[in-house]
Formats: sequence, structure tokens, C-alpha cells
Amino acid sequence: MQRFLCPFCGERDETEFHFGAEAGRHRPEPADRVDADAWYRYLHAQAAPRGPAREVWVHLSCGEFFLMERDTVTREVLGSSALPGREP
Amino acid sequence: MTDRYSAWRLLREGVRSAPTWQPAWRKQTAPDSHYDAVVVGGGGHGLATAYYLAKNHGMRRVALVEKGWLGGGNTGRNTTAVRSNYFFPESVALYDLALRLYEGLSDELNYNVMLSQRGMLIAAHTPMQMEICTRIANAMRLNGVDGDLMTRGQALKRLPLLNRTADARYHCQGGIWQGRAGVARHDAVAWGYARAASALGVDIIENCTVTGLDVTDGAVSGVQTTRGAIRTERVGIAAAGATPGLAALVDVALPIHTYALQAFVSEPVKPCLDTVLLYLGTGTYVSQSDKGELVFGGGLDRVPTHGQRGNLPVQQVVVSGLLEMFPTFAQLKLLRQWAGVVDVVPDSSPIIGPVGPRGLFINCGWGTGGFKAIPAGGWLLAHLLATGEHHAISRPFDLDRFTTGRLIDEAAGSGIAH
Ligand SMILES: Cc1cc2nc3c(=O)[nH]c(=O)nc-3n(C[C@H](O)[C@H](O)[C@H](O)COP(=O)(O)OP(=O)(O)OC[C@H]3O[C@@H](n4cnc5c(N)ncnc54)[C@H](O)[C@@H]3O)c2cc1C
Ligand SMILES: [Zn+2]
Repeated sequence: MQRFLCPFCGERDETEFHFGAEAGRHRPEPADRVDADAWYRYLHAQAAPRGPAREVWVHLSCGEFFLMERDTVTREVLGSSALPGREP
Repeated sequence: MTDRYSAWRLLREGVRSAPTWQPAWRKQTAPDSHYDAVVVGGGGHGLATAYYLAKNHGMRRVALVEKGWLGGGNTGRNTTAVRSNYFFPESVALYDLALRLYEGLSDELNYNVMLSQRGMLIAAHTPMQMEICTRIANAMRLNGVDGDLMTRGQALKRLPLLNRTADARYHCQGGIWQGRAGVARHDAVAWGYARAASALGVDIIENCTVTGLDVTDGAVSGVQTTRGAIRTERVGIAAAGATPGLAALVDVALPIHTYALQAFVSEPVKPCLDTVLLYLGTGTYVSQSDKGELVFGGGLDRVPTHGQRGNLPVQQVVVSGLLEMFPTFAQLKLLRQWAGVVDVVPDSSPIIGPVGPRGLFINCGWGTGGFKAIPAGGWLLAHLLATGEHHAISRPFDLDRFTTGRLIDEAAGSGIAH
């Protein structure tokens, strides 16, 4: 069982967390002028990096979304922080 | 130069003092400088692609390059279930092409892939699930493959050890039955295709990693490998979880997340389970290998990863699912556990088609269920490489479905089962 770090609650078992998305995606705007390819890149395209990754996760117990840095090969957790404006 | 395997040959070699068996495929240590096509990835899909390029399209100057050893990826790590009980017509066309090719494969390759069509039951435990099973069985029939609804009585007869005690958590109600489904020997599929491709002149180069893709004037002009550069105008990538990284070399981002998927094997016991069972209630599926081991697995690990090992929470869920279905298996020792890195697409359907520069084609996104599709995946990628055009069966699986929105959502349609 791996332990992940919620910036609000501290270290908890991995089963309390859910992967959200790769970090750094911004919804393209204005929506009515966004072409299909940009929607593809926003909705579906992934980097699926091998090694260090920045991701948005949710801690299911407290409901907060936060940023986590991990190594996707070794599974080491490199750090986690609250999303901007959501500091504990 | 390739041995012809037969009972007569086996007998003759058996009584010889010095047998004359040859290696099954030529071990090419270094690639030539130029090929008509290069296939990246020596899993089942890549090997089948190389074989059909030579067999169906008469291409002889073909190289297959593999980072490690043949079948060392998911092809050698899966639980070997083959079936075509999908929901959408596009999927059934694809997976049933594969199953039909599997049915003739041992003969065609002169290599026993040990296809065993022992049937598969997707078992339901609530009236609602039975309704969903009815819907899928109807869809299968409309799509022209063998799908039947099985009653509780028929299921229990087929699965004598299934938990039917009063305190069972999930009471089997029956489910969907596909009689042509079953298992095949995964390594044999890889080795059989390798041997047949090699016999047709394909160069198979192991321990050779593709590190770069050369592009000239918007078209592929070669690949860079750890064993030197290869010039070629056609490249087919069939590298499963490594495909996003290879596509990124030409600035293509794929809709793929990579997750570990685990499998488990018990100690061998006498024959006690003669079908493949997937239980909707537990999410665990199981079959018995020809050696007597129980081979089982379940859902994906929930943490995206490229590390080929599983995690404990999912292991517990899968094992407890098995014991819920078959309490008597609690006495068995777990012999092995491992994981593969699978390439998961949002609609749980593969991606087959051109990407990026001209001459580059991919076959990936098989996720948790691409072993059963190997003959078709190879057939279709070979078609793309040789003709530059989609085959009618691969067209719906093009990457463009993510911009047009025409997804083939098998996760919603048929549920995921390997
Ligand atoms: C535990 C588990 C259970 C499964 N159960 C089933 C099942 O019961 N039924 C079913 O149908 N499917 C099942 N699957 C899925 C199935 O195994 C895969 O979908 C299928 O094997 C994919 O085949 P492939 O040839 O595309 O990939 P792989 O067999 O993974 O081959 C890809 C190859 O590419 C090579 N490669 C990667 N990068 C490079 C590079 N840069 N240069 C050169 N080579 C490279 C890798 O080394 C690898 O050998 C299961 C998978 C797992 C992990
Ligand atoms: Zn929390």
C-alpha cells in the first residue's frame, strides 16, 4: 500500500485518492470559437510521461483537488501542494 | 530453411542421437541500412504486422525492431483470454476477424498456438445485470457472432465449484455465453508469428530500441535506434504503453493513459474449471491453464504508471473476488503475480491509423484486452503500411474519432473484460 500526501490532511493510504488529470491543462476559450483540434488537445491528448509527472489528484475523504508530483516509473511521490487559491 | 513441424518430424528427431532442430527465427543482431518498412515493437501486434506485410502484401524488405525480447511486453504478461463478445458492430468486426484468424492460426503458422475454445461466461448476479447481459447477447447476435443467454441452472452445471451457498454475496443468475471464446498460449502466438515472418524474410532485431523518428518534408524517412539508423519511408508503431512516448517524438499527443494491470497464477491442481469465467459482481475473471494453474485477474490499478509491477490494494480486491466466487480456492497457494503497462484510451477501443508525418502508422490503445485482437491488429496495420490506406475494418478506429466525437465506447457498451 502506497501513501500519498494530501496537503490538507497529510499522508493517507492510496485508496483514499483518485487520479484527476495531467496538470497544466487549461480550458480553451472562448468556447464557441474553439476548433475541434483544440478540443481534442484539451479533452483527450495526454503526455503520459515516463518519469517525473505533475498531476491533479483528489483526496476523496476531504474532497480537495491538489497537485501531486510523482515519478511514474518508480512511483516515488516527489511532493504535493494545494491548487492556487486553495491553500489550507 | 525453416523446419516443418509434424508428428513424423518429432518422432524422427526424438530417435536421432543428435537432433537437428533449428532456432525458430533468424537472430538478426544488426539492422540493414534500408528497409521498405520498419515495425516497432516485438509484441504480438508488431510480429503479426511483420508477418502479414510479407504474407499478404509480398513485402520482403521488412525489419521488426524490439527493445527487449519478443513477447516481453504485454503479450507475454496477459491472461490469454480470446473472445469477440463486444457490443458495437465496429468492435465485433475487428475482434471477430481476429478470432476467425486465430481459429486457423496453428495450421497457417505450422506452430501450435494452443487455441482452446472452451467458451466464456460473463456472469450476472442481479436481474438488472441479466437485462444488460440480454442486451449484449442480442447485440452479438445482430452482429453475427455466437452469443447466447445462459440460465442460472446452465451456469452452475458448467461451474460446479461456484459458490452457491445461502450466504454467498453474489448469487449467479446466469449470463452471456460465447462458445467460440477461450484461451490461447500467449508466448506461442508471438513465437509462431516470429517464426513465420522470419521464414518469409523479415529481419527480427531484438535488444534494439527506437530512439528517434526521422522526418523529411513532412514524411517519415527513417528511424534512429540503439543499433544505428535505418532508412525507411514506412514505419508502423505497435509499442503498447510506450507508444505515447514514441508519438511525442513527432509532436503527436495520443489520448492514452498508462496503467499497470496485474495477473495472478495459483499452484497447479487437477482440472476443475473448463471455461473462462468473468463475474460482473466481483470484477474478477479466471480460467485454468493446461498445466492446471488458475490464471486470474481483474481491474486496472488506479494509479497511472509506467512501472511493470502491480499494487497491493487491487491485488486484494482481485484475490477476494476469486475467493468469493470459489471459496474452495482459498486452499491454493498463489505462485506468481506480475503486471504489464497497458495503454488505456477513453472509449476503451484501440487506435489504428496514420498519425503525424506521412508514412507513420500506429496500432495501440488495446489497453486491457488486445491479446485476443493480435491477428486482426497485425492484419490491419500491415494493410495500412502496405497500401497507405485504411482497411474498412480499421477505419472507425482512426485517431480522428477523438476530434469528430464518433467514439466507440466499449467500456459503456460491453463492460471491460479481458
Ligand atoms: C495482466 C494482463 C492481462 C491481460 N489479459 C488479457 C486477456 O486475457 N485477453 C486479451 O485479449 N488481452 C489481455 N491483456 C492485454 C494484452 O496483453 C495487450 O493488449 C496486448 O498484449 C498488446 O500487444 P502489443 O503487441 O500491442 O503490445 P506488447 O506485447 O506490450 O508489445 C510492445 C512491445 O514494444 C516494445 N517497445 C516499446 N518501446 C520500444 C521502442 N522504443 N523500441 C522498440 N521496441 C519497443 C516493448 O518492449 C514490447 O515488447 C492483458 C494485459 C495484461 C497486462
Ligand atoms: Zn485531504
